[in-house]
Amino acid sequence: MSGQQADQRIVFEDVSKFYGEVLGVNRVSISIPAGITSLVGPNGSGKTTLMNLMTGLVRPTRGRISVLGIPPDDPERLFHTVGYCTQFDSFPKGLTGYQFVYSYLRLFGHPHLVADRLATQAIERVNLAEAAHRQIAGYSKGMRQRIKLAQAMSHQPSALVLDEPLNGLDPLIRAETIALFRSLAQEGRHVVISSHVLHEVDAISDQVVLLSNGYVVAEGQIHGVREEIREHPMQILVRCNKPGDFASRVFQQDYLVEARILPDGQGVLVKTRDADSFYLLLNRIAQSGINIESVAPADDDVLSVYEYLIGTEESTK
Amino acid sequence: MSLRRLPWALWRAQILAILRLEVRKTFFTRRGFWIYFLAFAPVLLYAFHSFVQLKAGRPGDLGEDTHTFAAVFQFFYLRVAIFFGCVGIFVNLFRGEVVEKSLHYYFLAPLRREVLVVGKFLSGLLAAAVIFGFSTFLQFVALYCHFSSNTIQEFLYHGHGLEQLTGYLGVTLLACVGYGSVFLAAGLLFRNPLIPTLVVLVWEAVNGFLPALLQKLSVIFYLKSLCPVGISESVTADRGSLLALIAVNPTPASPAAAILGLLILCVAVLAISSLQVRRMQIDYGTD
Repeated sequence: MSGQQADQRIVFEDVSKFYGEVLGVNRVSISIPAGITSLVGPNGSGKTTLMNLMTGLVRPTRGRISVLGIPPDDPERLFHTVGYCTQFDSFPKGLTGYQFVYSYLRLFGHPHLVADRLATQAIERVNLAEAAHRQIAGYSKGMRQRIKLAQAMSHQPSALVLDEPLNGLDPLIRAETIALFRSLAQEGRHVVISSHVLHEVDAISDQVVLLSNGYVVAEGQIHGVREEIREHPMQILVRCNKPGDFASRVFQQDYLVEARILPDGQGVLVKTRDADSFYLLLNRIAQSGINIESVAPADDDVLSVYEYLIGTEESTK
Repeated sequence: MSLRRLPWALWRAQILAILRLEVRKTFFTRRGFWIYFLAFAPVLLYAFHSFVQLKAGRPGDLGEDTHTFAAVFQFFYLRVAIFFGCVGIFVNLFRGEVVEKSLHYYFLAPLRREVLVVGKFLSGLLAAAVIFGFSTFLQFVALYCHFSSNTIQEFLYHGHGLEQLTGYLGVTLLACVGYGSVFLAAGLLFRNPLIPTLVVLVWEAVNGFLPALLQKLSVIFYLKSLCPVGISESVTADRGSLLALIAVNPTPASPAAAILGLLILCVAVLAISSLQVRRMQIDYGTD
C-alpha cells in the first residue's frame, strides 16, 4: 500500500494485543477505507480492543497501527483527526450535557466562542438541544449515549470510532442516529462502528470486519465477504411447483450440502458450496419441465455470513 | 526544539481547561467533607479558646498563644490535617477517575500527558491551598481575636505577627505542594492508596531519627525548617524526648534551601508521575 493510500485509511499491520496472558486480538491485518465500517462479533471477540488500539487507549503488544497516517501514540495530532465514543457509560460528575461537550472542546485550545459554537452544533446534530443544559446525571440511557456521540464528533473529526453506539436508543432515535452515521460517511469521513446486534450494522455498513475470539475471520464489503468464504455453503431459496422433483435433481450434485422442502410445500431451501454451478444447473432444471417461480439468495447478510464463519451459537449471543 | 518554539500558549489554555473541569470536582464533593473538617477543626478549637477567654474576662497571654499555635500547626495541622487532606485531594486526581471510568475523556483529547499531569496537579494545589490557606488565616484570626485591638495591632505590625502569618501561609502552601506531588504520584503508582499513605506517614514521622541525608528526602524536614516559630521549650525541654525528635530540626535548612529543596522534590515526583501517565493504558476491566 502506498504512503498516500495509507494516509487515507486506518491500517493495522500484524497487530496483536495481550492483556497479560489473555488474548485481546491476534495477528490483525486490516485496512479500513472511508465510509461506514462495522466491527461485528460477540462479546469478547476483540471489537473494543481494536477500537482502543486505534485510538491509543491501549498499546499493541506487537504490530503497527496507523490512523489516516498518524500513529495512535501521538495524541496531539491524532485527536484532531479522530473522535472516539467509547462504550463506558460514565461521565465526569456534576456536568450538564453542554458543559461536558464544551469543557472537552476547550482542551483543544479553542477559545470560548469557537468551543461554544462547536458544542452547540454537535448537540443539535444529535437532537439533544432541549436537554443540553440539564445535568447528565438526570439523562436517560439513550440521552447519555447521544451526548457521548456529540462529544466524540464535536471537533468534526475525519474518523469517528463508535463502540456500540446504538445501545440503549429507542427505535426513533436509532433511526435518526443511523441517518446521522450515513450523512457523516457521505461527507467522506471514516465511521467505524462496533456491534453485536448484527442486523443493525448489516443495513448501514459499507464494509464489515468479522471478529471471533480475537481473530479477524473476514473483512470487506458484505458481498465481498461472502465471496471470501466460498468454501462455506450458501443458502438459496427456490420457489417452484415440484419441490420434491427439484430436490431429487439437485441432490445428485456433489457441491450440494442440503436441500430442504419448505414447510409450505412451495419451494426448496438449498445449501450449496458452489453457487455458480448451482445457477447453471437451475437453467437445465427449468428446461426439464419444473416451473421455477423465483430464485433468491437467502443469506447474503452479515448474520448468515457470521453464522457460517463462527457458528450459530456465538452469533446469537 | 528550543524552549521558545514549544506551544506554551496552547499548553496554558489546556491547563486552564483542565482546571475548569477539575476544580468543580475537588472543591464541591460530599465525599470531601472530612477534608474540610480536618482543615477547619483548629479554627473551631481556637474560636472556643477565645470565647472562654472573653467570657472569663482574663487577659490573654500573647506569647503562650503564639507557642500554642506553633505546636498545633506542627503537630496537628502539618502532620495530620494537611497530610491527610492532600491524600484525599491528590490521590483521587487520577485514581478517582479510573474508579469512575472517566479518565479516558482526557486521553482522547489532543493533549500531552505531561500537560495533563501538570493541570491536574495545579487543580489539586488550588483546592488544597485555598482550603488550608484560608483555614490557616482563620486560625490566626480565631486565636488572637480575644485580645484588644491595640494589642493585636502591636502584635501584627511591631511584634512579628504579620511576619508569622505570612510564614505560616507560605508553609501551608509549600506543604500542599510537597504532599500534593507525593500523593498524586501515589495515586498513579498504587491501586490501594492506603499503603503509600502509611509508608509516607511513617517516613515523615521517623524523619527526626534518620541520618541527615535521608532527612532531606522528606517533606516535613523542609517544612519544619520554614516554620516561623519554634516549638515551646516546655514541650521540647528534654531534647531526647520523642516530641523533641519529632518537632525539632537539629540541622535545619536555610529558608532558601528549604524552598528550593521542596520544589526540586515536587518537580522530581511530578516527572516520575508524567512518565507513569505516558505509559498508562485505559483498561477499566471490561472488553
